[in-house]
Amino acid sequence: MASATEHAPSTTRQGPKLPVLEREKLILNGRSYHWITDRICSVLENRQPLLWWLLFLPSALIAAIGVGLSLTYLVSTGVGVWGMSNRTFWGWDITNFVFWIGIGHAGTLISAVLFLTRQNWRTSINRAAEAMTIFAVMCAGIFPAFHVGRVWMAWFLAPIPNSNAIWQNFKSPLLWDVFAVSTYFTISLIFWYLGMVPDLATIRDRCKPGLRKMLYGIFSLGWRGGNRQWSHYEMAYLLLAALSTPLVLSVHSVVSFDFATSVVPGWHTTIFPPYFVAGAIFGGFAMVLTIMVPARQLYGLHDLITMKHIDNMAKIILLTGTIVGYAYLMELFVAYYSGALYEMEAFRIRITGPYWWAYLAMMSCNVLSPQLFWWKWCRENLWVVMGVAMCVNIGMWFERFVIIVGTLGRMFLPGDWKTYSPSWVEVSLFIGTIGMFLSLFLLFLRFLPCINIAEVKWTLLESDPHFDDKHDHPDHGADVVAAYQHELHSKGAVEAKA
Amino acid sequence: MSTTRKRVYGYLAEFGSASALYKAAEKVRDAGYRKWDCHTPYPVHGLDAAMGMKRSILPWFVFFGGMLGTFTGFFLASATQTEIWGWLPGMNNAIESYPTVVQAKPANIFTVPAFFPIMFELTILFSGFTTLFGLLALMKLPRLNHPLFASRQFHRATDDAFFIALEARDPKFSPEGTRQFLEEIGGKSIELVEEED
Repeated sequence: MASATEHAPSTTRQGPKLPVLEREKLILNGRSYHWITDRICSVLENRQPLLWWLLFLPSALIAAIGVGLSLTYLVSTGVGVWGMSNRTFWGWDITNFVFWIGIGHAGTLISAVLFLTRQNWRTSINRAAEAMTIFAVMCAGIFPAFHVGRVWMAWFLAPIPNSNAIWQNFKSPLLWDVFAVSTYFTISLIFWYLGMVPDLATIRDRCKPGLRKMLYGIFSLGWRGGNRQWSHYEMAYLLLAALSTPLVLSVHSVVSFDFATSVVPGWHTTIFPPYFVAGAIFGGFAMVLTIMVPARQLYGLHDLITMKHIDNMAKIILLTGTIVGYAYLMELFVAYYSGALYEMEAFRIRITGPYWWAYLAMMSCNVLSPQLFWWKWCRENLWVVMGVAMCVNIGMWFERFVIIVGTLGRMFLPGDWKTYSPSWVEVSLFIGTIGMFLSLFLLFLRFLPCINIAEVKWTLLESDPHFDDKHDHPDHGADVVAAYQHELHSKGAVEAKA
Repeated sequence: MSTTRKRVYGYLAEFGSASALYKAAEKVRDAGYRKWDCHTPYPVHGLDAAMGMKRSILPWFVFFGGMLGTFTGFFLASATQTEIWGWLPGMNNAIESYPTVVQAKPANIFTVPAFFPIMFELTILFSGFTTLFGLLALMKLPRLNHPLFASRQFHRATDDAFFIALEARDPKFSPEGTRQFLEEIGGKSIELVEEED
């Protein structure tokens, strides 16, 4: 698949004749614009396959029971029904919050960072990854909102003074978190929606007149694809990408500040922000693979999401997984090298204490399993890819569990020590959010274009307006140099004449 | 039989490929038309120059929107958590604050680093909203009706066709001349688009 063939430059032109690597095609089998439109729109225009219903109905049911029922019980009874007790006030709920918020980061990374770095392969996966971001942040938001205890007082988090004219403590990392997560959700939503407007117009133009056409018409804002619109649109897209890049780095850094600014051994470390951000991207890419590989098979999107895309994502998982592994080891080294007794003891308990199995799961799933991706055949075998992605999903959840529960269960005072175990309410809420995430994603596949139609078309070679100008086309490799010299030469001649 | 009067919106002509459109756009630009547009299924890079368009002014809006966010974040945090606004004459009574003193963080200017995360997030938030609403204003959207939607072929502009639309309100527009001009520059299936008056 990934074999880049040598492209022999033509001999008719002047200039250096170096062999260059031909760019791998992002869309296979020479598909036309119309084919791309048809194939992506068919996902939402045709009847859904049986598997869609087999996945959707149970996950919607799990969401309704898990989220609906356990939250009703929680609100009507009190947060005591969560298994949290003295010291371990942050149990599964904050673990799940950090887990879900981390999942979202790959979406923004794909849509923003890869856009700024001109990685065109992002176009096939960015829409689904952004949708994943939105849904993951929605799942994440449930946990802290209900963790405040009296959820009807959650408006205390908003920057409004209370009845004694006392404002929020703007110096607290927990309030930074409120601002960071809500900004992240808002900006991701704007980015996702704006990116979808041209594609919604495509669907509008394919619909028969009726309610469907009207709704897609309203949401596509009357988009006409005029260049006077595209010009501003592309600028807005660039700006949003440039705004989202520091934002995505800030969000998980701020989440890590919740831990790092405390004086708890095992949390109070400066490595936390980069370590959390790398872990978030790592876990997020695993989730993109987890949902996109089955969607690709189910809807026959092989020519749009190629093995090249999967290969690239596997390589990013390998890279970020290795960074995460480095962070784990560096934590241990710093604990040892600091000579601080409490710090050393905290890490000794993490590895050999009551949660040793969680630490082992974290290490093997996050550090060892991605190492398979050093081998090319592992990146090409979808079963291996899915297996590793699943391992990473599990490992990243355990990472947060180790950090939160493993630390809080063994703090300074041995009198506070307690082995935490979750209550059924916590467990069912977490399973409920998985159901909610899956059902929202399946609804997304059903109603919205799951691949960015306009941007995918843009990656075709003939989309370049200079495609048939053989002299100018950048994909002619070494010819470019010659063509450029030729152009300079001819321009010089024209100017000399004038 | 319809008796409504119709008003001519302009001509719509199709071009075979992005590069044909690009070359045609250069000719329309050089012929001096002002009220026209190229409709494409994806953003064709370089078309701005071929159409003689200026760079979008959106970044300026966003810059000032972002700065407003930074200042809002700073003001919100400093006015409620520090005493520094009391330095300004008259502000001492205007802003009544009860700083929360925790973790021995001071209520003076030196506590500013703790405000940076909020200032940063609000910068991004305000910039994002400015981008959204600035973009809609510059694109003159949402606009759900448009004469072009009456065309029988325009629906392909979001699929696989490349169009140039020359509007009748352009001073250089003439029913015969413009049609001939579009034919000369390679336009196919030229259509006179009319809107109901």
